[in-house]
Amino acid sequence: MSESYKIIDHNYDVVVMGAGGAGLRATLGTVEAGLKTACITKVFPTRSHTVAAQGGIGASLGNMSEDHWQWHMYDTVKGSDWLGDQDAIEYMCRNAVPAVHELEHYGMPFSRTEDGKIYQRPFGGHTRDHGKAPVERACAAADRTGHAMLHTLYQQCLKHKAEFFVEYIALDLIMDEDGSCKGLVAWDLDTGELHRFNAKMVILASGGYGRAFFSCTSAHTCTGDGHGMVARAGLGLQDMEFVQFHPTGIYGSGCLITEGARGEGGYLTNSEGERFMERYAPTVKDLASRDVVSRGMAQEIRDGRGVGEHGEYIHLHLEHLGSEVLWERLPGITETAKIFAGVDATKEPIPVLPTVHYNMGGIPTNYKGEVLRPTAKDPNAIVPGLMAAGEAACVSVHGANRLGTNSLLDLVVFGRACGLHAAEVVDPKSSFKELKTTDGDEAIARFDRLRWAKGSRPTADIRLEMQRVMQGNCGVFRTSEILKEGKDKLSETAKTLPDVGVSDRSLIWNSDLVETLELENLMTCAAATMNSAEARHESRGAHAHEDFPKRDDETWMKHTIATVDTEKGYGVDLTYRPVNNFTLTDEVSYIEPKERVY
Amino acid sequence: MVEFNLPANSVVKEGKTFSAPADAKNVRAFKIYRFDPDSGDNPRTDTYDIDLDKCGPMVLDALIKIKNEIDATLTFRRSCREGICGSCAMNIDGRNTLACLKPIEDIKGEVKIYPLPHMPVVKDLVPDLSQPYAQLASIEPWLKADSPTPPDGERLQSREERAKLDGLWECILCFSCSTACPSYWWNSDRYLGPAVLLQAYRWLADSRDEYTGERLDALEDPFRLYRCHTIMNCTNTCPKGLNPALAITEIKKMIAERRA
Repeated sequence: MSESYKIIDHNYDVVVMGAGGAGLRATLGTVEAGLKTACITKVFPTRSHTVAAQGGIGASLGNMSEDHWQWHMYDTVKGSDWLGDQDAIEYMCRNAVPAVHELEHYGMPFSRTEDGKIYQRPFGGHTRDHGKAPVERACAAADRTGHAMLHTLYQQCLKHKAEFFVEYIALDLIMDEDGSCKGLVAWDLDTGELHRFNAKMVILASGGYGRAFFSCTSAHTCTGDGHGMVARAGLGLQDMEFVQFHPTGIYGSGCLITEGARGEGGYLTNSEGERFMERYAPTVKDLASRDVVSRGMAQEIRDGRGVGEHGEYIHLHLEHLGSEVLWERLPGITETAKIFAGVDATKEPIPVLPTVHYNMGGIPTNYKGEVLRPTAKDPNAIVPGLMAAGEAACVSVHGANRLGTNSLLDLVVFGRACGLHAAEVVDPKSSFKELKTTDGDEAIARFDRLRWAKGSRPTADIRLEMQRVMQGNCGVFRTSEILKEGKDKLSETAKTLPDVGVSDRSLIWNSDLVETLELENLMTCAAATMNSAEARHESRGAHAHEDFPKRDDETWMKHTIATVDTEKGYGVDLTYRPVNNFTLTDEVSYIEPKERVY
Repeated sequence: MVEFNLPANSVVKEGKTFSAPADAKNVRAFKIYRFDPDSGDNPRTDTYDIDLDKCGPMVLDALIKIKNEIDATLTFRRSCREGICGSCAMNIDGRNTLACLKPIEDIKGEVKIYPLPHMPVVKDLVPDLSQPYAQLASIEPWLKADSPTPPDGERLQSREERAKLDGLWECILCFSCSTACPSYWWNSDRYLGPAVLLQAYRWLADSRDEYTGERLDALEDPFRLYRCHTIMNCTNTCPKGLNPALAITEIKKMIAERRA
């Protein structure tokens, strides 16, 4: 089989998959440490989805008012609805301040305060002194913080002459018989050739899978490729039921309007013109956590107080801020509102709707970035040779609900952690494990099978059906009935995958085949998400189960591990591992669970 | 001998036509450049009749509709669909722009779509951008400073100093501007082009950067900088409303002032 493809072999100390914020920060770290590194990416680095992040990166710099990393940690734990691992959360929040200073030193064009420091704005769920009032913690470059950060990291990679393989599609991991990872197989779109990368360490930084849903803020390229590869290697995915709905996606297109818009003083109203968030979150109102605001909005719409002819959206008001503030601090979204909603935000409200935005779940790792293969005996067992960071990973710092600005922070802190750990465990002088001639055969067989797929259902057809099921049966509000139905429907859709039909047979830039490979990854994510959600009989963070409206710490204070059978109909096997109820150091103590009120 | 005609194998031929369903009422023709590197055939333009009543508002929506419902072999880059990643830059209705930000209703009649001009075509609407990427790397687009950074804090930068970067750092590297520039068409091997020069000026304008002299030295060259003849296509076409022509003028001014 594999004889018919020309295969090019490479040896690298480290292979990083993905060139978004996490992938670039990890690459930078391993290159600086003197490790021979290949960063392979399906889009040119500055086109990665990190570029679309808007509002800011969270760090308790205290440039505008008093702040402490312990307060940031408390907010993150509370935001996670206590599902986050507090050792990892401590690691992230205490490293946030140096991480942001590092970005500034790299040349990132942050907005500035009057005294020349990094500008910070309030953001949802970030509070002063354990929930007393909103605090300015989001370090911002206007409302294009992700763009500023991604370009800065790419610039640093250029400075350090990092080696990129651009527009390469990673197909699958190469696993050793001893269970460790020893590389991956990738397809070069530009030439159509297949490559085997032999590596002492593979770092997955492949982003989220928002495109499993019909309406999302995520880019078309957010297809859970790393998740799919991990699942096909027989490894589990963690906490996949926790999908964040961002409160303010533009009605219709789903384009993101940053939470920073509310941070700067914007607010939401229903059809009666009421600022309804005052009822759902009396203290911080429109700046509550995203799950809380999204549920509030969905509830208003359900109760018949949605805006518009069919009462199907909510209004976001910014017009009172004045055009000067909008054009200085929120120029990107002012433009986006104009283009995608036809609205002049300086004069009228923007129609918005909770929209799929972020995956809290993903590839389980510890705070160093090592991928976990939890067993009954050792819930923290690792997979040697494999690490993950960014949205692809589930460390877990976001638990059941991520706070805004914590994703950009996650990228740089854990991207850096991966670099540090790889430098520690990878010896550039050690010899490579030999690749066997059969290594990667399964990946190439899968590639070949899909390339010649002659089934009756076009890729886009199956994808749309999957997206509709996820949207309709795994949304903001969930019930046992809806989830059970979703499981059945999704399983029916997954069963038609062998009947997929691809019409482009070429090797150079065959984007039909790319989308089909991506569809298998998306289906893996969708199956894990739906099944994990159906099983979790409680409400926690983004998982709002109407039949079980309360959080149940006794039974459900645990991480879900979903193992997807990608060979046979995408059946899912669920196990669980404990939440880490300890901190990293003695400088801060474990934050005991309590009721979550904003 | 100067060759005035395209080589025979690059003459664009008329391709296939895909008609809209019979019940479609609001039909628009999309005439799209196709090139298949595997076949060795000449490039062609295929025509797709699209029912705009069943299509999103942007040109990218139409391209995706074609790929999903009519012809899955149509190939183009796309990612964020909101004008920030720069993937879907192409020539639409005679002008370089982002397909995701270009409303179909702004175009009269047939919608003609070609890849960015004067770049090697890999396939269909996918150009090879490795040259501008390499040129970007050549200007060393990163902060260069010898002064030590504060150990526990950020470098300070006043709001006025920071404001000088506005209109520069927002560039998304889509290269709509460079590929709209006749000087770049003619001398892309030696002229850096507006996108890369905008980036060069972004670092000259940054109060934190300490290598202004060296950066100007590297730019002071009859080709790298001075092939700009202020044609202004770059500024006219920029889908983000930036002004690369002004940035280039500022660089020329800095060099002139340094000479004086």
